[in-house]
Amino acid sequence: MQEIRVTNYPEVLVDRPTHYCPGCQHGIAHRLVAEALTDLGVVDKTIAVSSIGCSVFLYNYLNLDTVEAPHGRAPAVATGVKRARPDAVVFTYQGDGDLASIGMAEIMHCANRGERVTVIFVNNTVYGMTGGQMAPTTLVGQKTTTCPGGRCLEREGAPIRMSEIIASLGGTAYCERVAVNTVKNVLGAKKAIRKAFQYQLDGKGFSFVEVLSTCPTNWRMTPVAANERVASEMIPYFPLGTFKDIAATEGA
Amino acid sequence: MPSRVQFREDRCKGCLLCVQACPSGIIQQSSRFNQQGYKVAEVPAERMAECKGCAFCAIMCPDFAIHVFKTKEAA
Repeated sequence: MQEIRVTNYPEVLVDRPTHYCPGCQHGIAHRLVAEALTDLGVVDKTIAVSSIGCSVFLYNYLNLDTVEAPHGRAPAVATGVKRARPDAVVFTYQGDGDLASIGMAEIMHCANRGERVTVIFVNNTVYGMTGGQMAPTTLVGQKTTTCPGGRCLEREGAPIRMSEIIASLGGTAYCERVAVNTVKNVLGAKKAIRKAFQYQLDGKGFSFVEVLSTCPTNWRMTPVAANERVASEMIPYFPLGTFKDIAATEGA
Repeated sequence: MPSRVQFREDRCKGCLLCVQACPSGIIQQSSRFNQQGYKVAEVPAERMAECKGCAFCAIMCPDFAIHVFKTKEAA
């Protein structure tokens, strides 16, 4: 009789407790990135660009060379890193307050230029680290500290659907929205992240994966209720799926 | 093929996403607190035999706190 461990956490994932709140799905996203890099065997030549927000401590949890970018400027920093080191695998890991708000110009132009970088965009519809303020992706009616009566469509506009915008830009090779609320979706997210890195290795262009995630603390919910909200409220507004895949349109 | 789940109680934050994910429904919140003050998840010893080793709990765990083991006959 021999006991085998089924769960093999990748070595690049540092074995230490995370600072994230209970039920925060950043941990799952970190693991998926680590697994994708390990599967592709590119850990040694990967350079991560981390953003501002809860994911600022990415370098504590992934044993990679990391550049810390100013708020929202991760795609611009990644552009520089990739152009200086074309052999390296470069990815940014950004939240929605970082990417969709202050970093909107950087992400749009980075995608439009078709930089060979990968962007992992974790969308939890709120500014997590600074205390739950309204983000551009906050859903209509969602209460935050800066819209205590709920986001109003007429006053603050509709939530921005980033994947649809990125997919419409010329340089984008791959753009997909995934969620990590169920086992099935986590496995789908793993495939999407792996594919995004593969596209970068093949030099096809800019790859973008949006991960719908929870923020139980700032949503004022239990982790299980927050996880259910992803399916009941977020996925209907932010539909899952592939928005652009250059290989599929080329028939390759 | 018997399976076993091991919770690293120092890592568990008691979010209970594993409880929601477990198809056998054998994971529950214990009444014990860990060092950080979270009530950790556990599988009661008498229900461990129902574990199928699917590792759904480990897939959903955001804190890498779960290890799943399967026992195989030696080849």
